Amino acid sequence: MTIAIGFEGSANKIGIGIIRDGDVLANVRETYVTPPGCGFLPKETAAHHRKQILGILKEALRVANIEPKEINVVCYTKGPGMAPPLLTVAIVARTVAQIWNKPILGVNHCIGHIEMGRLITGAKNPTVLYVSGGNTQVIAYSNKKYRIFGETIDIAVGNCLDRFARIIKISNDPSPGYNIEQLAKKGTKYIPLPYTVKGMDISFSGILSAIEKKVLPDRGNKNRRKPLPVEEEAHHEDLCYSLQETIFAMLVEITERAMAHCGSNEVLIVGGVGCNERLQEMMGLMCKERGSKLFATDEKFCIDNGVMIAHAGWEMFRSGTRMKWEDATITQRFRTDDVQVTWNVADE
Amino acid sequence: MTTPQIIKQGAEAKLYIGKYNEKRCLVKERFVKTYRLTEIDKTLTKARIKAEQKTTKRCENAGILVPKVYNVDFNERKVYMEYFDKAMTVKEFIVQVQKEKKLEELDMLMKRIGEVIGKFHANNIIHGDLTTSNMLINPKENDYDLIMIDFGLSSFSTSHEDKGVDLYVLERALLSTHSDLPDLFNSILKHYKDINPSTETIRKFEEVRARGRKRTMIG
Repeated sequence: MTIAIGFEGSANKIGIGIIRDGDVLANVRETYVTPPGCGFLPKETAAHHRKQILGILKEALRVANIEPKEINVVCYTKGPGMAPPLLTVAIVARTVAQIWNKPILGVNHCIGHIEMGRLITGAKNPTVLYVSGGNTQVIAYSNKKYRIFGETIDIAVGNCLDRFARIIKISNDPSPGYNIEQLAKKGTKYIPLPYTVKGMDISFSGILSAIEKKVLPDRGNKNRRKPLPVEEEAHHEDLCYSLQETIFAMLVEITERAMAHCGSNEVLIVGGVGCNERLQEMMGLMCKERGSKLFATDEKFCIDNGVMIAHAGWEMFRSGTRMKWEDATITQRFRTDDVQVTWNVADE
Repeated sequence: MTTPQIIKQGAEAKLYIGKYNEKRCLVKERFVKTYRLTEIDKTLTKARIKAEQKTTKRCENAGILVPKVYNVDFNERKVYMEYFDKAMTVKEFIVQVQKEKKLEELDMLMKRIGEVIGKFHANNIIHGDLTTSNMLINPKENDYDLIMIDFGLSSFSTSHEDKGVDLYVLERALLSTHSDLPDLFNSILKHYKDINPSTETIRKFEEVRARGRKRTMIG
């Protein structure tokens, strides 16, 4: 029996999770929500995490109903992410590991998402679509690594959605993506937007500029100060609808390309954008057409959380990975394919 | 009427053997994608069939080996094209060469791939989806032809950025697909430069690559 505790705080979520051999004992999380029109900045996010983390830790231990001495390994997010919040969480993880006298393991955030998704859904060797505020990757396992087959060549899909939410100033509570999803349900009119797929790679920055111009037509153009007549102004619902339909179609397409290229018949969606039901529906339709299977999780495990770090750490720990104290650092850039997979993923 | 046997379901199309003017041919049907809006689906399908047709012509003019396009049918979303019975993809070929431990074959292949992509870009053709699944090896006596396929995402452009992205897409596809052969891309690039010596394209390619590597991957 191995119990792992995981600390996650690479972006605006701070979460601690405890897992015992695949059983989730606790999954406590808080989100730093900013006012409409504002994104979350590193310094303020770290301050939020500092304020919350000890309360969350106590709560996680209470929910799990275990004593610190029962824990076998302390895991934390080593990266990728924003440095100040990563640092805040790493310091706490290092401190409790020393107090409790337990080994420490730094975990790659993306690997956390993938392993948690596999645990919850039972997917064996899927093509993974990892979509969040900072990442957009199509991943498949081969030869001891999670290889990146396709990814964004500029901004992440969640970043595109978040920035659009800021342009139209909708609420960031519970998340900008959720509110775009709700508005999109009311949209009916499709407004054409650029569609940019480059092989298995993808690009969102042009779409963001195009949709921004539809909301703020005179931005960046000094000669055009007059606002558009009201009837020409596209409604926010229709814009959200068109944005979602366009970028999700692109995501499903690159996932299908990777599946065809790798000969895979399972898809797993992970990351915060992955809990969008329209994206799941579209991916499901694609899978049905190919005779493939879709695996997805809900917001509990899609959105950043501590359990995923605990579980990925659990896999690493069980397969013999250990980390020296001086290596228990953080890094803002830590690619998914930098991690040597030591545990069993697929029969090769 | 018997239903034609599907020989492959690619990402975008079903491939099967059909007939055009009584001649045996490959039919590539870009079937309706129910997951996306009809408006998006129609526009994309039409654009991609057009791209396929146009780029085939451009490649023929540039002396690049491609399957002949006999006809296109926008209503039925079909392209009728030349079929190569004995061909295999470069991806399959590389795996086979590795199995048979004939790695020296790869040098020749990488030279050919580099030269053909150089030819593409020297003629301002952007392939848009360079992977080892989109290149065919068609055997002939004691040799083979390298045939480029799948021009749905192709375009015509003089921009170095577009060419740089094209190379980047290929590099990424090689690294992920043939992870145990890390030198393939450099070998391709060396021969590519012989045909398309533009330093500006290479500079752009390195810029695009740097964007990828330096991307902070938050949350």
